Amino acid sequence: MSRIRDQKKYEKTFAFHFFRWLSGEKDMYVGNMEMKPQREPEETEESIEERMKDHQQVLAEVYDQTKNKELLLFEKAYKFLSILFCLALVAILIVTVSYLPRVGNAANPDNNIVSETYIKEGLRDTGAVNIVTGMILSYRAFDTFGETNVLFIATCCVMILLMVDEDKIKENADSNDRDFEPKNDVILQKAASILVPIVFLFGIYVILNGHLSPGGGFSGGAMIGAGLILYVAAFGFNKTEKFFNEKVYTVVKVTALVCYGCIVAYYFLTGANGLPCLVPLGEPGKILSGGITLPINIFVGSEVACTMYAFYALFRRGGL
Amino acid sequence: MNIFNMILLGFLVVCAISVSFSKNLLNSILIYMSYSLVMSLIWILLESPDLAITEAAVGAGVTSVLFFVTLKKICAMQDDGDREESHEQDQGPEEV
Repeated sequence: MSRIRDQKKYEKTFAFHFFRWLSGEKDMYVGNMEMKPQREPEETEESIEERMKDHQQVLAEVYDQTKNKELLLFEKAYKFLSILFCLALVAILIVTVSYLPRVGNAANPDNNIVSETYIKEGLRDTGAVNIVTGMILSYRAFDTFGETNVLFIATCCVMILLMVDEDKIKENADSNDRDFEPKNDVILQKAASILVPIVFLFGIYVILNGHLSPGGGFSGGAMIGAGLILYVAAFGFNKTEKFFNEKVYTVVKVTALVCYGCIVAYYFLTGANGLPCLVPLGEPGKILSGGITLPINIFVGSEVACTMYAFYALFRRGGL
Repeated sequence: MNIFNMILLGFLVVCAISVSFSKNLLNSILIYMSYSLVMSLIWILLESPDLAITEAAVGAGVTSVLFFVTLKKICAMQDDGDREESHEQDQGPEEV
């Protein structure tokens, strides 16, 4: 990296401090902010005795269930009211269902111009034989983009809550991997080695065929994620890390989200301004058709698969 | 087909009620898993196979596995021997 300023001047700039903080070399707040090390609160014997006495008193006077009539009454009333509430809710729901019109009636309010338009013009507009996927990923692509973002943010939150240092993962590697199960369970490994390839293939088929047959990005991604979880449960994290580690996870996840956003933005920009879209719709029924449906299916699928696996890995050992 | 539908729906109700009444957390997760499995069958009968696939993968698979891992982490999964011992302790007069 070439710099116009010399090193001493560069060290005074904001960018230097920012990148140093980003790479974790120096904590921004050390030195600037007063930080005291936390100490255990000191206790004398008298205070401990007093606390125990208070505790006993509270137990005896407040929670004494044989004497405290109010508490007993409250408990009985609580049980009675909760059962009453459940029954009332069931009754209300059943009465409401009985007022609903019959399924398949032509005069139903859901049988309006919206569904008619989707069924009539969906194939011509989106090029996808599977109208449901065409609707979700073309007409309502922005909506699905929000859902994909929700998945991304959910994983970020789980990471913030459950992620631990890498040293700690290595320290607890044995107990995290096999706490209750026996190591290298033969039955599980044989079953997994037969099932995992089939699960992966079926997941990929569902994703790639999303615009032709039932399914799509979310279903296929969930299946691939479930297959990954089965693989980890059978063979342990050491083998999985060879092809799916934190680096791969970050690259796949961010690339999928950014590409999805770009495609949707381009599609909506051209559509809203009446410009010709460069993505060909193709011949309906062929695998390479459906306009933007196929690439978006792939991106959503990889996003969902990563999310499923990340949840499992984070829950189990606090790291990917 | 209608009778089969009724049996499945009845099974759903039984599952939903028994989840809330089961004392053992492991049992309630297993019941929840079977609930999802039956639900995916019902989705197929309602002619939406894409939802059935998702329900089977997410509801019966991933969510239950996450529940299992959480139970393991909070040490709520006990061996058979432990459970018998704790059961004996529960019956004793000094209940904690």
